[in-house]
Amino acid sequence: MSVASTPGDWTILERNRQEIIERWVGAAAKNVAGRMTQAELDHDVREIFDAIVALPHFEGRDLTDPAYADLRSLLGELARARARQGFSPTETATGVFAVKEAVLDMLEAQAELEGYQFFAAFSRFVDDLGLFMLDSYAQAREAVITEQAASLLELSTPVVRLWEGIVTLPLVGTLDSARTQVVMERLLEALVSTGSDHAIIDITGVPAVDTQVAQHLLKTVMAARLLGAECIISGVRPQIAQTVVGLGIDFGTIATKSSLSDALLLALRRSGYDVVKRANRER
Amino acid sequence: MDRIPILRLGNILLVSIQVDLQDHVALALEEDLAERIVESEADGVLIDITALEIVDSFIGRMISTIASISKVLDAETVVVGMRPAVAITLVELGLSLEGVRTALDVDRGLALLQTDRAAADELLDVEATWPAG
Repeated sequence: MSVASTPGDWTILERNRQEIIERWVGAAAKNVAGRMTQAELDHDVREIFDAIVALPHFEGRDLTDPAYADLRSLLGELARARARQGFSPTETATGVFAVKEAVLDMLEAQAELEGYQFFAAFSRFVDDLGLFMLDSYAQAREAVITEQAASLLELSTPVVRLWEGIVTLPLVGTLDSARTQVVMERLLEALVSTGSDHAIIDITGVPAVDTQVAQHLLKTVMAARLLGAECIISGVRPQIAQTVVGLGIDFGTIATKSSLSDALLLALRRSGYDVVKRANRER
Repeated sequence: MDRIPILRLGNILLVSIQVDLQDHVALALEEDLAERIVESEADGVLIDITALEIVDSFIGRMISTIASISKVLDAETVVVGMRPAVAITLVELGLSLEGVRTALDVDRGLALLQTDRAAADELLDVEATWPAG
């Protein structure tokens, strides 16, 4: 059997190592224009190339074969790095697919017939590599999104102490069940730790109030009441007031105010403070 | 421990729950408290549940019932020191303890009862002077 009749052999690749790597880097560089240096790309390509030629013949095996574990982990790592750097799925996958172009160009230049048989099998193998890389990419992106959602949850629920015994919770963004749970816990913890008996929930930044959001707000207020604190809902915009009434939501005995300043004034009054304007404005 | 101690502070009874409330302990407390209110002629009850970490629907309803009984016996009841987790649980269970007054701590609960009594006294004075004035 000649070299060409065993398409799983890496001899053709190894023989033309330098040329393939150069062409590969050239083809891959077109896609990532300017975002990776030539040296980085060259390094990545060499790593993949060396990992491929170190493998046993690919004939009759697929990428899940235990013998290919090293290659899989290398590709997975590269895909994760690309996902974090913000490359698109196409850019990530073409980094691998570029090897087909490189090998084909090289074979054309040499005009070897056996080479084409090798290429047909090799092409399928590279497709597998590309798909695997896309999978890893998608997983990595998924992880990034989950992390961001978690940190957003952390960031979006500050409880601010406005006055002795008065805290405010400015809500920004849509309220869903998971977020409401965090919001509720934060607010109640803050009420207990600061010993505040008034809380202002400001919904200026909440884009829409539907029955579910209203339900969540009511629950938060009820829980605060159980602790012995009274809540005021502020930042009710005209459209929101209309929606709330249209949906038939009853806020019952909960005080609602259109602005945070009105709410603060009410909270101060309830805690026994009076805000008085002095006639003389100078200190 | 089978009984929750009920302490008397002037006209107010202080119940401090320091253990996880078993069902039978809660039932015993309901009985004891009703008797103590009548016997001591108290007009206020403070139930401190700072140490209560776990509640279920039964305990939630017991708190509500105890408060209602005290009210019928003319003693204003304030539940103080509820933990955030307990409050969330009760709300999720759909128990908003309507009619039960709450305060953040014993201090504030006491103040609440005193202002209530002052207001009630004022009302009595007004009623007393009503025919004359």
